[in-house]
Amino acid sequence: MNGDQMMRAHSATLPAPQFDNPAWVSPVALADARVAIVTSAALYAAGDEAFSAVDTGYRIIDRERRDLVLGHWSPNFDQMGVKMDLNVVYPIDRLEELAAQGIIGSVAPRHISFAGNQPDDVSTIRLDTGPAAAAQLRQDGVDVVILTPV
Amino acid sequence: MSVLAHIFEAAGIATVVLSSVREVAQKVAPPRALHCEFPLGRPLGIPNDVEFQMDVLRRAFALLTEPSGPILVDHPVVIEADEQPVSCAIPPRFDASLPPCVDEARGIKKAYIRALERRGVTSVGRSIGADEVPSALAVLHAIANGQDWTTAEIPGGNIMSLCHDIRTYYEEAALELIDGPAPGGRAMENWFFEKTEAGATVLKARTAMRDAGAKFPVWFYMAPGNR
Repeated sequence: MNGDQMMRAHSATLPAPQFDNPAWVSPVALADARVAIVTSAALYAAGDEAFSAVDTGYRIIDRERRDLVLGHWSPNFDQMGVKMDLNVVYPIDRLEELAAQGIIGSVAPRHISFAGNQPDDVSTIRLDTGPAAAAQLRQDGVDVVILTPV
Repeated sequence: MSVLAHIFEAAGIATVVLSSVREVAQKVAPPRALHCEFPLGRPLGIPNDVEFQMDVLRRAFALLTEPSGPILVDHPVVIEADEQPVSCAIPPRFDASLPPCVDEARGIKKAYIRALERRGVTSVGRSIGADEVPSALAVLHAIANGQDWTTAEIPGGNIMSLCHDIRTYYEEAALELIDGPAPGGRAMENWFFEKTEAGATVLKARTAMRDAGAKFPVWFYMAPGNR
């Protein structure tokens, strides 16, 4: 079993929260929507606070920043794709292009990065940091979020 | 990611998840997910391939027009991780009086600096700086060859962070040394652990620590779990 197969098989066995009455938002048309990226790659802007080994918080990445550090603690995934091309994890240039083409309405001024390695119950994210990140995005007028996992 | 989708949706923001583990997306059932069977760490599939990345985004955003969910759709392309080490030249031995891993780490320093200058950013520095990589490898070399790890002075204090910095130093340097096609997922990891003296030293030190009774999280996370 190779590394990716092992990680996928392991992740499939982890406990996962169930949402009995999930919310459903019908968004504005994509051509009018403000779009933000939320990643779990533990990326952070150079000079910002690094991620700790058990970090349930998030970092804000300004739209203009490209000098991002990969702060993920897991040794179990490819770390070089994102170093060859940020967009393979954080497709900020693609969003700019889609906005220029009028396919999306606009690119959010700020984007969000969490760490993918979280405690199994993910309670802090559910109760505190997730809602705080959502409030931040709402404040920026975000209509649509694309979530990219690591 | 799928959990965050529910949280954002409850706050009034529409979401699309690029799923990387299908079973998790099925269980957590975010409103809209595009499952992408790509190498872990590459949710948009292929570095520097604008068309492919755009295709992923187009398929993801298309889910926003669905009237109800949860929706879980598979991207039609599967990309396997590359199990071959990337082709990457390592400088020849220079100072035979040094352990091979220390000599090697010194030898690739110029490539690391060039990568840093080109990219403007590095992920080395969680525990030690790039200048300290050779001496840190000397410590791991000693542990690999019988020194009691509990009395070794681990630079920076945290061996998991230390191993991250050593591997990252090598992999970032390797970006300047590749003499073949761009590495697929895992190709760089395979190169580090299978082709370099440093990778071999990390694995040998890890085994020595495990055999000496180090606690599981201390030795296990020095390298990927399948090694």
